[in-house]
Amino acid sequence: MAGLARKDILGLQEMTVEEIDLILDTAEALKDLATRPIKKVPTLRGKAIVTLFYENSTRTARSFELAAKYLGADVINVSAATSSVQKGETLKDTARNLEAMGIDAVVVRHSMGGAPHLLARALRASVINAGDGLHEHPTQGLLDMLTIRQRKGGFKGLKVAIVGDSYHSRVARSNIYGLSKYGAEIWLAGPSTLLARGFEAYGVRTTTRVEEALEGADVVNVLRLQLERQEKGLFPTVAEYHKFWGVTEARLRLAKPDALLMHPGPMNRGVEISTAVADGAQSVITEQVTNGVAVRMALLYLLLGGGEPA
Amino acid sequence: MNEPKALLMDATQMNRALSRIAHEIIERNKGTEHVALVGIRRRGIPLAQRLAARLKEFEGRDVPVGSLDITLYRDDLTELAALPVVHKSEVNFKLPGTVVVLVDDVLYTGRTARAALDALLDIGRPAAIQLAVLVDRGHRELPIRADYVGKNVPTSRRERVEVHMTEVDGEDFVALYDIE
Repeated sequence: MAGLARKDILGLQEMTVEEIDLILDTAEALKDLATRPIKKVPTLRGKAIVTLFYENSTRTARSFELAAKYLGADVINVSAATSSVQKGETLKDTARNLEAMGIDAVVVRHSMGGAPHLLARALRASVINAGDGLHEHPTQGLLDMLTIRQRKGGFKGLKVAIVGDSYHSRVARSNIYGLSKYGAEIWLAGPSTLLARGFEAYGVRTTTRVEEALEGADVVNVLRLQLERQEKGLFPTVAEYHKFWGVTEARLRLAKPDALLMHPGPMNRGVEISTAVADGAQSVITEQVTNGVAVRMALLYLLLGGGEPA
Repeated sequence: MNEPKALLMDATQMNRALSRIAHEIIERNKGTEHVALVGIRRRGIPLAQRLAARLKEFEGRDVPVGSLDITLYRDDLTELAALPVVHKSEVNFKLPGTVVVLVDDVLYTGRTARAALDALLDIGRPAAIQLAVLVDRGHRELPIRADYVGKNVPTSRRERVEVHMTEVDGEDFVALYDIE
């Protein structure tokens, strides 16, 4: 198979193992581009891509922007704060107006789960989900998978501990959907108020004892704690969170000696992760960022490189 | 696959052609001191490796060999039915001061060679670039000419030239087919 037989990238839940393999293989081949003196190829010359961010993001938006530019596409960035959204324009109308200007793809982040799906149905252009509500963050899921595959060679039988606020985490969901397809053993650990439920069908195990999840883990993916959750009373204090669920050097020693330490960023040092762990030998956090550009290049190439989308 | 209408080269003829090209490379560059070979994926890579082995045999020097994937540089992606799979390019030697011999199996419209030139120049700035092909079948659409040619074959556009190599296809021969 060459090319993706789909117009949009909305989530890993709906993707096949073959599709994920193709994306990761393509990302692997494209990764070198970012390290070359001339970081630009003409592959997507003449294509126009819009990043439409209704939530703040630096890393994901810039990562998409760089990926598109490395492949020779033109990019415009629209953030809700500076767009007609402030004047009451609906999401659909915003996207339709952009499409009328001739764009080929929209990268969208929205606080509402399903917003990218709505756009995908309304537009001829490809839609890539850059995070929707509590639903999915497929490109983060894919870059996590690329990082794991590069370091561990595969996913089958790996124990992956996802630590922290999985309830509000679209990263956790994309990780669960993606990794479970390959037979990884997934654990969620965190305070009971912040634990995602209902993933038994995917073989996911949950625990409030972070030590249980870390014991013998091959991969430790630490989730960002959104500090405003404390105001909602979902955990007592930041200090207590760190004491019980923070990933520290002592706790990381429970995992395998060669376990990977991952974090989708931005980190709250001293809260969900200690500085020693974040900067430690097992940390692959900066590799994740590099892989993010490669994965996004792969998706843009596979969606926009060929003729008419399927 | 349909039957070939003509055998253009057998294994012996391919060997002879590669030996001749290797001698021409040495002659033209006055040795192999500054020479490197870069094969264009896919069959250009084993061809480059075979040429490097001959250069070593004739001159007693190892010549660096790299590989180039030109998928990202194609100017006809939107015309293709299936999107090509992207592979890594590997050029692990310094390009400044080096004469790079690009190696491909068939030279046809010249678009692949043009893409390879772009791809190589984006990686670095070689002292010079030369082009070696096993078969030149004509029908150029760009002003590109090979420096080293194994065999010139007049063809029609309704024909297809296929190079088969042991490393990829299990045997060595070049044949002409009708396009179905």
